Amino acid sequence: MYNIRVPGARRCPAAFCCNLPFPGSFAMKQGFFTITENRKLADATFLMRLEGDTEAITAPGQFVNIKLDGFYLRRPISVFDCDGKTLSIIYKVVGRGTDALSKTEPGKELDLLTGLGNGYDIGAAGKRPLLIGGGVGVPPLYWLCKKLAAQGAMPQVVLGFNSAKDVFAVAEFRAVAGPDVKIVTVDGSYSDIGGCNKGFVTDFLPASYTYFYTCGPEPMLRAVYKATSTEGEFSFEERMGCGFGACMGCSCKTVTGYKRICKDGPVLKKEEILWKN
Amino acid sequence: MEKLTETQVNTSVNLCGIRIDNPVIPASGTFGYGYEFAKLYDINELGTFSFKGTTLEPRFGNPTPRIAECTAGMINSVGLQNPGVHAVINTELPELRKVFHKPVMANISGFSVEEYAKTAELLNGEEQIGWFEVNISCPNVHGGGMSFGTDPKAAASVIDAVKRVTTKPVLAKLSPNVTDVTLIARACEAAGADGISLINTLLGMRFDVRRRKPVIANTMGGFSGPAIFPVALRMVYQTANAVNVPVVGMGGVSSAEDVIEMMMCGATAVETGAVNLVDPYASLNIVRELPVKMRELGISDIKNIIGIANK
Ligand SMILES: Cc1cc2nc3c(=O)[nH]c(=O)nc-3n(C[C@H](O)[C@H](O)[C@H](O)COP(=O)(O)OP(=O)(O)OC[C@H]3O[C@@H](n4cnc5c(N)ncnc54)[C@H](O)[C@@H]3O)c2cc1C
Ligand SMILES: Cc1cc2nc3c(=O)[nH]c(=O)nc-3n(C[C@H](O)[C@H](O)[C@H](O)COP(=O)(O)O)c2cc1C
Ligand code: FES
Repeated sequence: MYNIRVPGARRCPAAFCCNLPFPGSFAMKQGFFTITENRKLADATFLMRLEGDTEAITAPGQFVNIKLDGFYLRRPISVFDCDGKTLSIIYKVVGRGTDALSKTEPGKELDLLTGLGNGYDIGAAGKRPLLIGGGVGVPPLYWLCKKLAAQGAMPQVVLGFNSAKDVFAVAEFRAVAGPDVKIVTVDGSYSDIGGCNKGFVTDFLPASYTYFYTCGPEPMLRAVYKATSTEGEFSFEERMGCGFGACMGCSCKTVTGYKRICKDGPVLKKEEILWKN
Repeated sequence: MEKLTETQVNTSVNLCGIRIDNPVIPASGTFGYGYEFAKLYDINELGTFSFKGTTLEPRFGNPTPRIAECTAGMINSVGLQNPGVHAVINTELPELRKVFHKPVMANISGFSVEEYAKTAELLNGEEQIGWFEVNISCPNVHGGGMSFGTDPKAAASVIDAVKRVTTKPVLAKLSPNVTDVTLIARACEAAGADGISLINTLLGMRFDVRRRKPVIANTMGGFSGPAIFPVALRMVYQTANAVNVPVVGMGGVSSAEDVIEMMMCGATAVETGAVNLVDPYASLNIVRELPVKMRELGISDIKNIIGIANK
């Protein structure tokens, strides 16, 4: 095992951050978070709660970049929920890194970069915003939903999953948006008070909404792009080297020029998107 | 000069005629144009840094995915995304000037000899630039796509052309993807290079066994990180033995101890690459840890250890 951290300087970074010599718009922070909970929510899907300095996290749709023992690159995961000192994430085990994360015990400390990405613009929502999530694209919409409700909007939520075994966080969304939460499964295996909705999220969009926010797998994002009638915002994923704008590993072309998904995104406005091929 | 007390150690070195406070230099492509990191810490604590590989015209670079993880390292195929030399002069350097008060290393790239020379000529007027670091790992479009850095003659022609348009020290940044790196290093020295820096990334590849496709859109990319340190160290050692100009070593450097090891094997200064991406404070930590390590190892002046392995 290689050691990338200078011995004796382990806590230094977080300490420097607290008294930045150069204040700026760049709000990223590096810090150590203690895991307080790590439990399975659905098939291969886990909720992790962490305690630490969440000050840098300023907008829903931002993400954190997690260092894992034995892995060189950090793992980017969206903020599911956040308050003064706790942060929650929901992640799916898709490879060795997320598998290792799922086996990490409460009490352990993780090195996180926080406050990454631009996040959603809650100012654009209007009275009846629409939130459309798919699979592991659902998590960032929850904190967004809470923020929108807190500013007096009445969000409508459509969440898509493959099948009943994949569904998570319904109670949390219902607690905020009540009957305006619709769960859709591709195979129709899930039903609740919102009915049994078989198909894709785009088959169940409400007739009217003031603005929309979406996150999910790219095929879903493309379908949402076509199916929506208002302006809105999309959250994208890309393989990342740094996650904070230094390496140009995550660039994409947009109507308004080249953007880094990690720094200028992950949220892009509908009108600036240029789909690859 | 001040007398060295027990706790004082000297970390400064002379790099091609310019004194730097310490030998720690974030490497090109891992530090942008500096000012992003300046929002995290005072980058004046660094020796200097090498800015993102700059070309004559703006470049978007390669398609994504551009990044693949490896054991103790990573592959990138960013493809020299940069805003082009004019934007660097008009936008990036003025931003940098606000936060960095030391000479910076200008890393330049090109696809023809003329392009390298033109880029260097335009940047030569920029006062803040202390050194040129000429990345000769690009494919030579006129020479059939072979990298300038894999052919001694082509490498020399680039260095010669850059030397003609600048009075600033010129470092040739060499690719490790060659049979004998010392041949290229000597050709560059003969063409007037004031120093050699190495290594750039090793050509590597990852394949996604589930999707049955290469991880990186461009199939292959540059492998770097701690995994390549022994290869880099070996090439620094060989090059320092072969040339009389200063050698700047890099490849997998992640700690103050790595810096010392590479300097003992012939490096006058050391660049830190991928480590800046996984730990944004890494270079600062290394700068601060260096005097501690030096004391621990009984080194009072870092200059004294340069190339002790080569003697
Ligand atoms: C901004 C952003 C937010 C994200 N939010 C969430 C979330 O809230 N919940 C969740 O479950 N997942 C999320 N992801 C995806 C998550 O980052 C990947 O599933 C995870 O990195 C996979 O790691 P692994 O080691 O298990 O997989 P491996 O395939 O073994 O990973 C190998 C490398 O590829 C990278 N990688 C693999 N898949 C992805 C991917 N889809 N996106 C980016 N990098 C990838 C890994 O980070 C690692 O560097 C997000 C991705 C981004 C970019
Ligand atoms: C994301 C990334 C981008 C890079 N871009 C450049 C570049 O533009 N010009 C250059 O000369 N080297 C570039 N390099 C190579 C590094 O400067 C360095 O030579 C190499 O990564 C080895 O050091 P390391 O193992 O510490 O990363 C890049 C490396 C990385 C990881
Ligand atoms: S991942 Fe490094 S710039 Fe986005």
